[in-house]
Amino acid sequence: MTAFLELRDVSKVFGGGLFRKKRTVALDHFSMTIDTSVPTVRAIAGESGSGKSTLGLMLLGFLTPTSGQVLYQGKEMRTLNRAERMQFRREVQAIFQDPFSVYNPFYPVDHVLNVPIEKFKLAKSTSHAQSLKEEALAGVGLRPEETLGRYPHQLSGGQRQRIMVARALLTKPRLIIADEPVSMVDASLRATILESLRRLNRDMGISILYITHDLTTAYHVSKDILVLYKGSIAESGDVDHVIKDPKHPYTQLLVNSIPWPDLNRQWGAAEIKVATTANKLAASTGCKFADRCPHAMPICGERPPTLGPIREGQVAACFLYQ
Amino acid sequence: MSTPVLRVNDLRVYYHTARGPVKAVDGVSFALEPGTRLGLVGESGSGKSTMALALMRMIKTPGRIEGGQMLLGDTDLARLDEEAMRQVRLSQISMIPQGAMNSLNPVVRIRQQIADGLRAHGIKLTGKELEVRISQVLEWVDLEPAVAQMFPHELSGGMKQRVCIAIAISLRPKVIIADEPTSALDVVVQRQVMETIKRVQEELGAAVILIGHDMGLMVQFVDRMVVMYAGKVAEMGTIRGMFTQPMHPYTQLLISSLPQLESKGELQGIPGIAPSLLNPPTGCLFHPRCPKVMDICNKKTPVLQQHDSGQAVACHLY
Repeated sequence: MTAFLELRDVSKVFGGGLFRKKRTVALDHFSMTIDTSVPTVRAIAGESGSGKSTLGLMLLGFLTPTSGQVLYQGKEMRTLNRAERMQFRREVQAIFQDPFSVYNPFYPVDHVLNVPIEKFKLAKSTSHAQSLKEEALAGVGLRPEETLGRYPHQLSGGQRQRIMVARALLTKPRLIIADEPVSMVDASLRATILESLRRLNRDMGISILYITHDLTTAYHVSKDILVLYKGSIAESGDVDHVIKDPKHPYTQLLVNSIPWPDLNRQWGAAEIKVATTANKLAASTGCKFADRCPHAMPICGERPPTLGPIREGQVAACFLYQ
Repeated sequence: MSTPVLRVNDLRVYYHTARGPVKAVDGVSFALEPGTRLGLVGESGSGKSTMALALMRMIKTPGRIEGGQMLLGDTDLARLDEEAMRQVRLSQISMIPQGAMNSLNPVVRIRQQIADGLRAHGIKLTGKELEVRISQVLEWVDLEPAVAQMFPHELSGGMKQRVCIAIAISLRPKVIIADEPTSALDVVVQRQVMETIKRVQEELGAAVILIGHDMGLMVQFVDRMVVMYAGKVAEMGTIRGMFTQPMHPYTQLLISSLPQLESKGELQGIPGIAPSLLNPPTGCLFHPRCPKVMDICNKKTPVLQQHDSGQAVACHLY
């Protein structure tokens, strides 16, 4: 069976050319499949610079890999013909971080909903277009009469972001890639937006890839999680295992640093190790986390670890478990 | 109880727009004990950042401090003239800004940016003494002395934020205001930065006001918390009291909307949106969104009252 979307041994390197000598490896021989026959919510977590946004952009076809293949239903992305490309665009939708800059301030918010309707010829008539828009807005818990015809500045960040979810919904996609959809929204509204994403998954069978640095919301929204560190998978698996019982030292560090809103759960007393020049060398040849790892062993500096099973539904790339 | 290092009494800050005054801070009072950490939480538009700017006397037109007092010791910051305020800023009360990325001058070396603050406050040091002082300040925030020779673009986000902290504490102020100091940083760096602020604050014996909307961070960091809603104080008290027994319906909703590790499941948001401050609702400003709204709520504005539990609440329920 061919997967809906697949990344096969993909690397992406920025720079390294004539003018920018410094090479940044955003993704390093990374493989992943997204199967939409069983719709799930998968979180991609990692700190800034871990390559999570590069991953999202590549899955959306906005970036081409330096090496490796991006496959859409078994066909390589760059060989898609016009019709297939259209189908891909319709089936894979995106929601981005900033709900402020995606709107053109001169148009009412209807504009962002009209564009996909026209582009994909979704409506048979004007009244059909209207009902499609109303349906999509209602799907994310907005009242159409309070939203349509308004200008972006008249709506709050949370409302604007929900309109973006509604827009993604219009084309009846199979996959929505949400890159930090709530990081610029007020804490009190985050829950509402994340809940509407979850509803899309549950009620409409849409798979969701939730890219975030916030493990708290990732834990609540998703079923699977994939923790990225410097372009490679550190740990992945069922979110309950990975967050409650993290095995990779990097995931442990992340989970320990979450400021839980809980009086009885204080920040871990564990020291945060700072990378020094000596162990940076180890990280360049072996495990990328070796320079910050509290459990670093001699082998960690020799070669990079491969992903190994921890238990049913949890894998980690760490020599501690191999 | 010791004498508060900072007392804010009935502070009002309005922005005068063409469509009428926006009451961004409307009658806020609180006290800050020396050596303690106070959290100021609220959604965007609740007036928490205006509060910070007012304390630094950095409100720009069309905004204006309309009334009230900000007593730092015996000095009322609201009444100081510009020159006197300039001397107080940084040396007595300083601020760690929100966007560390954009707060440093990109074309000036770090050492110069630290030295500027010292020089502006009349500290005369020889070249050698200055170097010592700068490395000492950097050391406080866990940065190597070599950082002094660097430009901001050579530093990571967390390091830039530390430089901002270093500048803020370089004159050992009594009060440090941190306005969402970690909102652009990821969790590990956030924890490092917050631990740095905590350690420095304890060493200096300064008091900190942490402004933000991340309740998780508040739990980890502050002793007391003030919840602001639409320019007014909804509730204040100890962090333990507010979390174990929140009284104001807004605080209750804020706390129940937080993701916990134990209860994985439905996420609950706060219905409705923050009110327009140009055209605020009558009575209690929260009543259109309040699940426990009563008849009186749209007629009369509740006043902040101290309760037996140690919290002060502005709500007709009590």
